[in-house]
Amino acid sequence: MNLDFTQIVSSIPYILQGIGVTLKIVGVAALIGFTIGILLALCKIGRFKGLKWFADIYTSIFRGTPLILQLLLIYYGTPQLFDIKVTAYTAAVLAFGFNSGAYISEIIRAGILAVDKGQLEASMALGIPYKKMMKDIVLPQALKNILPALMNEFITLTKESAIVTVIGVTDIMRRAYIVGGNTYRYFESLIFAGVIYYLMVIVLTLIGKAVERRMRRSD
Amino acid sequence: MIKIQDLRKSYGKVEVLKGISTTIQKGEIIAIIGPSGSGKSTFLRCINLLETPTSGHIWVNEAEVTNPKVNIMKVREQVGMVFQQFNLFPHMTVLENITYAPIMVKGTSKKDAELHGRELLKKVGLSEKEGEHPVRLSGGQKQRVAIARALAMSPEMMLFDEPTSALDPEMVKEVLEVIKSLALTGMTMAIVTHEMGFAREVADRVLFLDDGQLVEDAPPAEFFSSPKSKRAQDFLEKIL
Ligand SMILES: Nc1ncnc2c1ncn2[C@@H]1O[C@H](COP(=O)(O)OP(=O)(O)OP(=O)(O)O)[C@@H](O)[C@H]1O
Ligand SMILES: [Mg+2]
Repeated sequence: MNLDFTQIVSSIPYILQGIGVTLKIVGVAALIGFTIGILLALCKIGRFKGLKWFADIYTSIFRGTPLILQLLLIYYGTPQLFDIKVTAYTAAVLAFGFNSGAYISEIIRAGILAVDKGQLEASMALGIPYKKMMKDIVLPQALKNILPALMNEFITLTKESAIVTVIGVTDIMRRAYIVGGNTYRYFESLIFAGVIYYLMVIVLTLIGKAVERRMRRSD
Repeated sequence: MIKIQDLRKSYGKVEVLKGISTTIQKGEIIAIIGPSGSGKSTFLRCINLLETPTSGHIWVNEAEVTNPKVNIMKVREQVGMVFQQFNLFPHMTVLENITYAPIMVKGTSKKDAELHGRELLKKVGLSEKEGEHPVRLSGGQKQRVAIARALAMSPEMMLFDEPTSALDPEMVKEVLEVIKSLALTGMTMAIVTHEMGFAREVADRVLFLDDGQLVEDAPPAEFFSSPKSKRAQDFLEKIL
């Protein structure tokens, strides 16, 4: 067996810098995904048939096709349609944001529907307008139902973000791959990248648990 | 004043309200009684349009709530409702439950809303609970908060749908006391209840519903001692 982790030591800082890149993509994509998710969920439970259709079709398409295809379409396809240049980072953030928006909308929709109908009735009886009822009564309670699933989605996003490597974003994965190529130590550098991803997931899991505990305490 | 004219409600092919007409005068207290499934809740919930009537007309004061052009939100501000299952907002404290609607719907200042809220909490005997979340309260306490929450909007009338049916027996009294004290203030009230003693004592009129029809409409003394219809006689026989 030929294993020597010391060979990649000098490249460790370089790989570690990828954490920032990965986090930036995941963070911004999560924000976009969450926003899209809420809007789509509201469309799905709302009264307007047109919006409902749109949201359902959106979800169906983004869940029904490979993420990597969506990523490549945005990166290579958009410049062909419109006369604009899409950076790899932008393409990554958009693809992940749009994609997770579809999943998150389903999570939120289910969370909203799980809120007791009596809450809506009490709100209506008090004359609380729909928007305020959603924002202050329904969504805070729905959030509690959806937090675990949302955290899962976030973790998935962190791991799946590694596929941005294919469009040349220098995230953790790509850096490990480059270091592997330069030193002919693929195993060591990839294992190192794996450890970083794993630790990030563990940290996210712990944060999720802590937030959940906190929310449970508040009622 | 609430005026109801030939109110009908169907779910699919089943008609659960079969043409009900009555008027509730300002300051009147109405007890609505009848067997399970007779349409009492549906009747009550049509008044503030939690259920949409299939046909017929309802006026709350001057506003015809069954006219789609009328702003139902404005009407709901004047009609408080208390539910069997309390339906307090679990993520808010007791005081927040009470002040939310006045602040967000009526535009009352936070300070005034809290002042009024504390006054109401005192009235229902729960001053010391203002900072608690609803899960920490007993059923009777929850229902008293729910009553205070409805009163915080300073409604002109109150609808109660079996306010004590979800309570343990020992808590029924504290809630009925609060409703009774409210009756003394001249509040217009419609109360669906299975508490016959309470209905007899507090109500000005009893409406007896059976199978979606308003079978009797009489003062409690008359209704309980000499019900006219066979259906009311059978019902009273069963429960008294
Ligand atoms: N959303 C609904 N869909 C279909 N049927 C309904 C619905 N709500 C009520 N019903 C039916 O309408 C009828 C009247 O119901 P309602 O709840 O008004 O009765 P109730 O007199 O309040 O009974 P209870 O004393 O059990 O509360 C019942 O047969 C009930 O099954
Ligand atoms: Mg009922």
